Amino acid sequence: MEKYILPNIPNYHKIDVYEQHGGYAALKKALQMKPDEVIDEVKKSGLRGRGGACFPTGLKWSFMPKGNDKPKYLAVNGDESEPGTFKDRQIFEFNPHMMIEGIIIGCYAMGITSAYIYIRGEYRKWIKMVDGALADAYAKGYIGENILGTGFTTNIYTHCGAGAYICGEESALMNSLEGERGYPRVKPPFPAQKGLWGMPTTINNVETMANVPLILNKGYDWYSKIGVAKHPGPILVGISGHVNKPGVYEVPTGVPLLTLINDPQYGGGVPNGKKIKAVIPGGSSTMVLRGENLEGVNMDADSLKAAGSSVGTAGLIVMDEDTDIVAVLARIAHFYHHESCGQCTPCREGTGWLEKMLHRFEHGEARQEDVEMLVEVANQIEGNTICALGDAAAWPVQSFVKRFREEFEKRVKVKEEVEAA
Amino acid sequence: MLTQENLQKAESLFKKYPEKKAALLPILWIAQDQEGWVSEEMMKYVADLVGVPYAHVLGVVTFYTMFNDKKLGKYHIEVCTNVSCMLKGSGKIVDVVERACGAKVGQTSADGKFTVSEAECMGACGGAPMIAIGEEYHEYLTPEKTEKLLTSLK
Repeated sequence: MEKYILPNIPNYHKIDVYEQHGGYAALKKALQMKPDEVIDEVKKSGLRGRGGACFPTGLKWSFMPKGNDKPKYLAVNGDESEPGTFKDRQIFEFNPHMMIEGIIIGCYAMGITSAYIYIRGEYRKWIKMVDGALADAYAKGYIGENILGTGFTTNIYTHCGAGAYICGEESALMNSLEGERGYPRVKPPFPAQKGLWGMPTTINNVETMANVPLILNKGYDWYSKIGVAKHPGPILVGISGHVNKPGVYEVPTGVPLLTLINDPQYGGGVPNGKKIKAVIPGGSSTMVLRGENLEGVNMDADSLKAAGSSVGTAGLIVMDEDTDIVAVLARIAHFYHHESCGQCTPCREGTGWLEKMLHRFEHGEARQEDVEMLVEVANQIEGNTICALGDAAAWPVQSFVKRFREEFEKRVKVKEEVEAA
Repeated sequence: MLTQENLQKAESLFKKYPEKKAALLPILWIAQDQEGWVSEEMMKYVADLVGVPYAHVLGVVTFYTMFNDKKLGKYHIEVCTNVSCMLKGSGKIVDVVERACGAKVGQTSADGKFTVSEAECMGACGGAPMIAIGEEYHEYLTPEKTEKLLTSLK
């Protein structure tokens, strides 16, 4: 398939090259339309957020109040911290202008005059690249005062995070942007009513914004026919773990996971011809799938939901037959414990319990009843916290134990054998 | 205290945001770039500059893992050990780093040259295993490449 977000065009990150290939034409087109028509176009395209929740982008935009009686803000989420996810970094490096063009269009559609691209602190090198691209876009008059003589004014800034997974959660991101600790906020009020500095705010993922110019350029009808109907468009899939060719691949939604893993143009198969034991399809918080159950499972929201997982950030982690499943889950549990912000008791305490219990499993010190207790603790966290980090910590535990129960029970038995001996 | 040049840089950030407090993280970055870490004295200085209590700055500095409230070695070596890196052998990379740097995870070498940290996912899963030295990512590592890389640091 033709590639749009990460095309094979040398120096596409440079504004001149981007323009030569039709860059910023979508912005010119959008500025000729009424803001509501732009929102309508995005709505009809079927674009869904690429940050993990798959929320329809046009619908999100339509929640913003009309009128300019108070400031409104856009926060672009480039915190990209979900383990297994490394796609937005490709956009920052290879196609920043498409994201920037999408942001300007979004600002125009929602009547926003300030947008902040929040990028994780570890990506400082890439923030400089985005800053460079922004400066070029300013110089060409695409951002700033009176854009292309239309009277529309908007500013775009980057904002550097400082190492906190939780800031990828939209309300924590807003607190972080305001100079606070990254604590998620209780919803409602939702950001579209009360977001940054108490004003209406929309938060969109970097990749989501990069899709917007495509829709404006070629029309919603064209866009909605890429991939699967209910979750259309190109999607950046990050493939990591036990594959011959790890990397970020742009595909239409709905490509079979097995194709992504095995096809020579994508993952290129598992090294040494080993079998796939497990796959995490959309970043570490999404539910694990067994290797033998991947037939018919595709990289789109509905297919992965039906398979008992979710598309998340499309960060596909592949594990071969020799993988220690218990050790992987223990590492994931360590991560969520480390990254829990500490606001809600179930998450703050529960993630610690999960980590400690999994440590016992990993080192052969678990008891039989611990298998159930693991799930019980995860169930106590899920749904009982302000933000989704609690759920993100619970889902791997629930799914690993459910789908690889024998691996956990094996670790218990080893202990019993040791005691008997 | 910030240098005159950095102070100007810091003050120019205020106009990006409707409230001064929003410039806190970016100003802490300027401070850390200047000193290599953020001391209590610096936190108090930044608090005055931004117009927030010192306790607020302390709260922010200690919340975010990338702000260092202690001095680090000349090189900060961060080894990612999260799932994708773990699957690709980050355990061995940690061993090599600890040996080559003469410091365990969480420690600084006696000569003050290296601080070694275990990092959570740095968004380089396709290039696993990886380490970061300061802002620079080093991907597709092997124990041999890692050893060579670290011994090349002066």
